[in-house]
Amino acid sequence: MDIFANLMLGVSVSFTPANLLYCFVGTILGTAIGVLPGLGPVATIAMLLPITFGLPPESALIMLAGIYYGAQYGGSTTAILVNLPGEPSSVVTAIDGHQMARKGQAGRALSTAAIGSFIAGTIATLLIAVFAPLLAAVALQFGPAEYFALMVLGLIASIVMASGALLHALGMILVGLLLGMVGTDVNSGVSRYTFGMPLLSDGLDFVVLAMGVFGIGEIIANLSNTEDRSAMTKKVTGLLPTRDDWKRILAPILRGTALGSVLGVLPGGGAALASFGSYSLEKRLARNPQEFGQGAIEGVAGPESANNAGAQTSFIPMLTLGLPSNSVMALMIGAMIIQGIQPGPSVMTSQPALFWGLIVSMWAGNLMLLVLNLPLIGLWVKMISIPYHYLYPIIIIFCAIGVFSVNNTTFDVFGMAIFGIAGYAVRKLDAEPAPLLLAFILGPMMEEYLRRALLFAKGDFSVFLIRPISAGLILVAVVLLATLLLPSIRKKREEVFQEE
Amino acid sequence: MAIKVRGEKDFYIGVLYLALGAAGLWFGQTYPFGTPARMGAGFFPVIIAGLLVIFGLVAICRGLAVDGPEVGPIDFKGIALITASVVAFGLLLRPAGLIVAIVISGLIAASANDRFKLGWQALLGLFAFAACCALVFVTGLGLPISIFGTAFAGLYR
Repeated sequence: MDIFANLMLGVSVSFTPANLLYCFVGTILGTAIGVLPGLGPVATIAMLLPITFGLPPESALIMLAGIYYGAQYGGSTTAILVNLPGEPSSVVTAIDGHQMARKGQAGRALSTAAIGSFIAGTIATLLIAVFAPLLAAVALQFGPAEYFALMVLGLIASIVMASGALLHALGMILVGLLLGMVGTDVNSGVSRYTFGMPLLSDGLDFVVLAMGVFGIGEIIANLSNTEDRSAMTKKVTGLLPTRDDWKRILAPILRGTALGSVLGVLPGGGAALASFGSYSLEKRLARNPQEFGQGAIEGVAGPESANNAGAQTSFIPMLTLGLPSNSVMALMIGAMIIQGIQPGPSVMTSQPALFWGLIVSMWAGNLMLLVLNLPLIGLWVKMISIPYHYLYPIIIIFCAIGVFSVNNTTFDVFGMAIFGIAGYAVRKLDAEPAPLLLAFILGPMMEEYLRRALLFAKGDFSVFLIRPISAGLILVAVVLLATLLLPSIRKKREEVFQEE
Repeated sequence: MAIKVRGEKDFYIGVLYLALGAAGLWFGQTYPFGTPARMGAGFFPVIIAGLLVIFGLVAICRGLAVDGPEVGPIDFKGIALITASVVAFGLLLRPAGLIVAIVISGLIAASANDRFKLGWQALLGLFAFAACCALVFVTGLGLPISIFGTAFAGLYR
């Protein structure tokens, strides 16, 4: 069978001692940084990105994927233990998980999260192996109009999960697109927005932008929050779920996995959407809905599985279409480009070892998380209890070293400082920077596909509405935007983010 | 009647968007615009910047018309010190080397915290951290950064 052969190829790549080691180091580092409160996966990956530069492409991507899962798992740990979700998708975990921790059941909550994530990860990995080739085949039929429409949809979808006012998020997309224009226009050779600085002629570096806005900007914003994090640093006991627990969590895990796998493929932060969806689904199906919010184990199992399944399947559009569905995938694309790989439908055929190796290592990474993180929980608890004022100078220095090492220029370090101020400013003004990063990565691609689509259509904009796939995608984007603008949905969306 | 800002966050993000959009338009119109069939270098940027100007204006109007949350206190000290810390790292890295850059920029960053006191513990910690960084990044990962910068070149060569 084809899939079997492909998976075996993946096993042969990812189970080499070196790559297993990179996967291992990635998951551990990702968890270690991810548990630090206030550092979401984006900041974690951006910070750790430079250590993968010297590696061969397969190892670099395997390590990055490991960092990603680690960061996500670390984020859940922090959410459960200290009720400080680092990203939207672990907000839901914090609701019941933290209640469990307060009742002295932190161990149960953590192991449920780990087991749920592992089962979800395993199933989602298989789904990727089955569906990615199919989607890549479809993607080869995509013309420039379809790609452009898909990107528009992705950008609109990204604001669904962005906190803050809708208008602000839409504006951030435009700012991101505009920042993506900086540099030499590949078609005409015209220097755009470089202000005569030769260092800008290759464009802004996305690492500089990401670390400035997500790393430095967040630190400045966090300085004024002096919250107490010592709450849950007592010993975590009772790690393994009981037989009774298993009965309670199995169905939520499977339901969460199904929901997450589907929503994760959709552009625009599907993982977060999936965990919200799974939580309300479990609450509705539960025999004990009054327990939700008071520490229901189902309320941890479902969303965590959904979240992890979504995180896995969000690799599908990235690997097959070369389109990021969220800002983490935007970073992964950036990393691939640094490694000299142009993401897209051809990766699977031109670099099968890389493609399948990455997929199998996803599963390996999930297994490592399960096996290693439960025993290491004491270490993570210690990391959480490090006071922020010791931590942030270290984070700043890591960011500075990292950003310098991308291009070996101090220019980038200064750029990061500027984007840090900008990141603080937009946070203060209720505009979330995640859509900006996505738009920044998509900007040059969007321009290129728009140019090509219009060239083929001789300048006729109706091309996007005549071609059925593109028309469908545009329609979905318009409907999505319209629903977001509906007063009732808008209110609900703002309520959800109020709780953060 | 004086104009009153009712929703500060809307108003100021509007100003920001308007400024960025206007700048984008101002510089963008100097690039060849082309036609839809043959998009020039200015085509996409001008459209994006134009949309940004519109969004900015809408946000400003909303900020003037609708009551909204205030921006709240701005941590100028934090902005200044954190930025200074990053800039100091950039300035010092080449001439003074990694160790000095880390210690100085670490001290500046740490002083953004009110509870920070300069003492031997802080210095010792920073030097130890700098040594670890040098080991991991330069010796271990082989990043092309010099541990001691060009200013010290005469001392050990």
